[in-house]
Amino acid sequence: MEMKKILALTLALCLVLGLAACGAKEDKPAEPAAPAEPATEPATEPATEPTEPAADSEPQPAPDAEGEPAPAPAEGPIKVGVINNDPNESGYRTANDKAMRDTFTAENGYEATFYNNNDAAQQIATAQQMIQDEVDFLLLSPGSTTGWDTVLQDAQAAGTRVILFDRMLEADESLYAAAVVSNMPEEGETAVQWLADQGLEEYNIIHIQGHMGSDAQLGRTGALDEKVNAEDNWNYVTQQTADWDEATARTITQSVIDSGKPFNVIYAENNGMARGAVAALDAAGITHGVDGDVIVMGFDSDKWAFEEVLAGRWNYMGLCNPLQAETVDTIIKDLMAGKEPAEKIIYTPEQGFDAATLTQADVDMYGT
Amino acid sequence: MSEQIRKPEDSLWKRLTRQQLFIPVAALLLLVVFNLVADPSFFSVSIKENSLGNPVLSGNIISVLDNASELVILAIGMTLVTASSGGQDISVGATMAIAGSVILRMVCGGEVTADTLHMPILLAVLVGIVVSMCFGAFNGALVAYFKIQPMVATLIMFTAGRSIAAWINNNQLPIMNDISFKYAGTFLPGIPVPTPIFITILMIVIFWLILKFTNLGLYTQSVGINANSSRLNGLNPQMIKLLTYVILGVCVAVAGFMRVSRSGSINYSRIAENIEMDAILAVALGGNDLSGGKFNIYGSILGAYVIQFLTTTLYKYDVPSTALPAYKAVVVILLVVLSAPVVRERMSRIKKAPVKTEKEVA
Amino acid sequence: MQKGAVLEMHGICKYFPGVRALQDVDFTLRTGEIHALMGENGAGKSTLIKVLTGVYGKDCGEIHIAGHEGPAVIRSPQDAQNIGISTVYQEITLCPNLTVAENMFIGRTKGIGTNWKMMNRRTREILDSLGIPATPKQQLGSCSIAVQQMVAIARAVDMECKVLILDEPTSSLDEQEVEKLFGLMRDLRAKGVGIIFVTHFLDQVYAVCDRITVLRDGQLVGEYVIEDLPRVQLVSKMLGKDLDDMADIKKESGIDESVVLEGTPVLEAKGLCSNAGIKPFDFSIQKGEVNGFTGLLGSGRSECVRAIFGADRVTGGEVQMDGKSVKIKKPLDAMKNGIGYLPEDRKGDGIVGDLSVRENIILALQVLKGFFKPFSRSQAEAFADEYIKLLEIKTASSDTPIKSLSGGNQQKCILARWLLTNPEYLILDEPTRGIDIGTKIEIQKLVLKLASEGKSVTFISSEIDEMLRTCSRLVVMRDRKAVGELTGEDLTQSKIMDTIAGGEAK
Repeated sequence: MEMKKILALTLALCLVLGLAACGAKEDKPAEPAAPAEPATEPATEPATEPTEPAADSEPQPAPDAEGEPAPAPAEGPIKVGVINNDPNESGYRTANDKAMRDTFTAENGYEATFYNNNDAAQQIATAQQMIQDEVDFLLLSPGSTTGWDTVLQDAQAAGTRVILFDRMLEADESLYAAAVVSNMPEEGETAVQWLADQGLEEYNIIHIQGHMGSDAQLGRTGALDEKVNAEDNWNYVTQQTADWDEATARTITQSVIDSGKPFNVIYAENNGMARGAVAALDAAGITHGVDGDVIVMGFDSDKWAFEEVLAGRWNYMGLCNPLQAETVDTIIKDLMAGKEPAEKIIYTPEQGFDAATLTQADVDMYGT
Repeated sequence: MSEQIRKPEDSLWKRLTRQQLFIPVAALLLLVVFNLVADPSFFSVSIKENSLGNPVLSGNIISVLDNASELVILAIGMTLVTASSGGQDISVGATMAIAGSVILRMVCGGEVTADTLHMPILLAVLVGIVVSMCFGAFNGALVAYFKIQPMVATLIMFTAGRSIAAWINNNQLPIMNDISFKYAGTFLPGIPVPTPIFITILMIVIFWLILKFTNLGLYTQSVGINANSSRLNGLNPQMIKLLTYVILGVCVAVAGFMRVSRSGSINYSRIAENIEMDAILAVALGGNDLSGGKFNIYGSILGAYVIQFLTTTLYKYDVPSTALPAYKAVVVILLVVLSAPVVRERMSRIKKAPVKTEKEVA
Repeated sequence: MQKGAVLEMHGICKYFPGVRALQDVDFTLRTGEIHALMGENGAGKSTLIKVLTGVYGKDCGEIHIAGHEGPAVIRSPQDAQNIGISTVYQEITLCPNLTVAENMFIGRTKGIGTNWKMMNRRTREILDSLGIPATPKQQLGSCSIAVQQMVAIARAVDMECKVLILDEPTSSLDEQEVEKLFGLMRDLRAKGVGIIFVTHFLDQVYAVCDRITVLRDGQLVGEYVIEDLPRVQLVSKMLGKDLDDMADIKKESGIDESVVLEGTPVLEAKGLCSNAGIKPFDFSIQKGEVNGFTGLLGSGRSECVRAIFGADRVTGGEVQMDGKSVKIKKPLDAMKNGIGYLPEDRKGDGIVGDLSVRENIILALQVLKGFFKPFSRSQAEAFADEYIKLLEIKTASSDTPIKSLSGGNQQKCILARWLLTNPEYLILDEPTRGIDIGTKIEIQKLVLKLASEGKSVTFISSEIDEMLRTCSRLVVMRDRKAVGELTGEDLTQSKIMDTIAGGEAK
């Protein structure tokens, strides 16, 4: 039958195509594997103390200052509902989500429900559902900063404690138990300070921004904008958003290279975009990194990016620690023990890593 | 694909404007002229040495040709799908993520960071193509046999595709460090022209050959124009629609491979985001009727290059990133309106029209 | 206006590019009568209705309606409704997901407020007065098709219409439902409403109508009181009895009718039926024979040939070609067995509008040849040019899109398409519809020429004289059933009409 022939032809075509696509591949033996790197470990060690449900040790859960009903001391596992963003969004988010999933396990004494969506409306609906299901703790990384008042009030009424992680929302502090978040403006400031410390005569910066309006973009852009406005020898060669996309970042950088404008700094607001920019540099034979002409800066915590910095191909990475799970875990255990966290907003330890000072130990510790 | 019959008294201008390729060619020329006037260095091409020590060509024109590659290949498949089914596949971006994910999974052998190939690239790409063809067949079956509107049918993969892509790699973001994996997306050693340009040319040639030496063109157009009549002439309209979706699947896999090969990694939710819209736009700019029927594949190819040329031009002139989509939209609206049959009919009557449009586009 | 008349149309003309759809047509409808508007397809019935309801503007003529001074101005369906002309179409145009009452009043409420109570009460009154078995709050979709049809009529009646047009209302109803509808129509007649009834079911005309107006080829044939017009005469008036003075092309073509066609038939079908709803039928055709299916529109003649060609899904029966059993499941099977089929609906099933004349001509042969063996451009052009010349197709070039050709030339292209495949057996379903008289004769001559070359042809036409001129055997269809086969002596107008009309002739 003829149609079969057609399909066969199409298949055959694929073959030809595939051949052609990589036909020029050299026969040279595959390069020897890189020096044995430490096997990629699971991002988070399971919580250090495999805690039994803490309830027994502390018989009397003290009602807290606001008189909120503390979660009843659970006989069984602690019920938590985790609402997070889409783990596919970036390496950062993947690590973040994985850490949450690895921490809130049955072994650690939790009964956890997970939900991932970037859409705040969907998140809110799910949050309501979780409150109705009487979870003890609602762990929330809100997709948007507003619109959560009702959910938070409902949670309070139902005796569900809310702990924010990674992202803030706009609401009265009394409505949530704690917030474990990254300090984006500080990340920006740290990075800009580091860059200023490099003492270049002139700063011609390719600034590749993340998704416009996102927490990370605002924080990381803010500090740099301020500096560029303030200093005469700091200039933007271009300032474009690549929407966290590597390919777009490459295109933007390529277009600057094509235009022949001089530049010596790439300030990319996440590691993926930094890699895209570096690909464009490599294609044009522009050197970068410690001994190169162009300073490359990235953000987040990807292990591969750490390795780029360690190898001196990049100069700086602003760590944005996605591993809040452990801190959240501690807070929950404390709350179960009747101890309110000392501060409502807890910033995850952030720091910048310089190619000159980065060690393998750092990579193993912070890389995700 | 054939030109209109014209009466001898038709002026050259009138004949020109009636050509299907008039709009994309004119748009391309306008962009070229604009760049020539504004900054002739736009067209300068220089030889540089890349970080591997290979001589490579560098320049805006090379960038346009290089970066348009995925779009051009998708536009070819999209044209066929549009012609046969009178609708578009909006899942191509998501399916590219799937194909890319499959290919990376194969070459990385499931490791997160792989420094050597775990499978010959060719084999991995073939697996990617087959998987992508299956998804194409899924879309095509929904459209052809279940008679679901293409946009609704492909909405399923549009929604689910990126999650499937992530699932294929257990939500890891694999990285392939073997340099040979990046040949297809960057440069082959010793060859100064980006490989994607060669792959694109190869794809165009393949489709030129297919259209010349098979009846794919006649059958798709016939089915797209009048499925009843095609059936009564012995064609199997469902099968032909399905076939076009499968062919699009092949295009998607090639584009997906190219994209992951450029960096050796993938970001499921960002890779080839919104590329489906650009691919559809390329088909429309090529003067093809989005409701199916007659098509001109070269129009779509030109359309794709116009889109990339425009993007590169906007980047070059540092249009603020927040305003960039707006600029693009303005130009696109102009082009689409100008290619509307009503406007073209008017244009062929009024001679002054092109002067005006030139100003507007510039 | 005539006494008792509620509607008068005088000298209505309507031209479409290249076609005279209506020419000088008069029509009179009286108060309290049911008036059948009859004619074959293309006779001008629907054009007349559309002129009356304001869908089309008329090119000349006047419309008078009782109670209005001077000629009525009808520019839109809304105008028509306002002066009391309501139409109920074949397809229900109401909203099935709304209630009966809502459907009755949709688009008619004044202002923004809706008085639901009043609406429901009023609806109940109307339904009761017309004896329609439905309740106001019932969802329309839950009623049977007949009741939906009746609600549509009730809606029209409630708008105080003087003229009610029923356009093929019975085609989707079963017998009991038809009877109910007729009851309603008689009630309305008693209330003084004038009803125009368009249908192709003869029995129904005789069951319910008072008068008949017959149209043919856009012209008025006449208006008759039902008692004065027996069925046979009605059929003959619809089909056009008078033989024109064209030469008897059958003789001209030199076919010797005395040759008895014997031997194994080229194609023989037994008990063939398809999902298009035809009753199983037998059929056979000899080498060199021209035969035909005849019957009124909707009688199943097209469905029969579609079943033979595999165009509809064949559900039973067997087919032999040259004595060998063949399976024809889809058109391609038929084509491979040397059958060609020119479909009835040229626009919908025949031409591929945007493709060129050349591509349209080579399409079938190209499909037969195969996906991987496209004709070269020059080869295709040679084929196209050959047939453009042979059939005298008037086109600027073979590159012209076929849709820009006139109907007759399009038809010739489709003919060319099939002749190019050199079929042993060619089925032509209404090849002469809607094309000019000259082309009609050319096509008939061509059919006979093919037969003389030893091909077999099945020819279907609404024009009986065409069939008589070309066919040596006719299968007569009525109500989707083959009811007779006529050959030789029996091939006369009157005999055919008797058989088509059935009933009365016995």
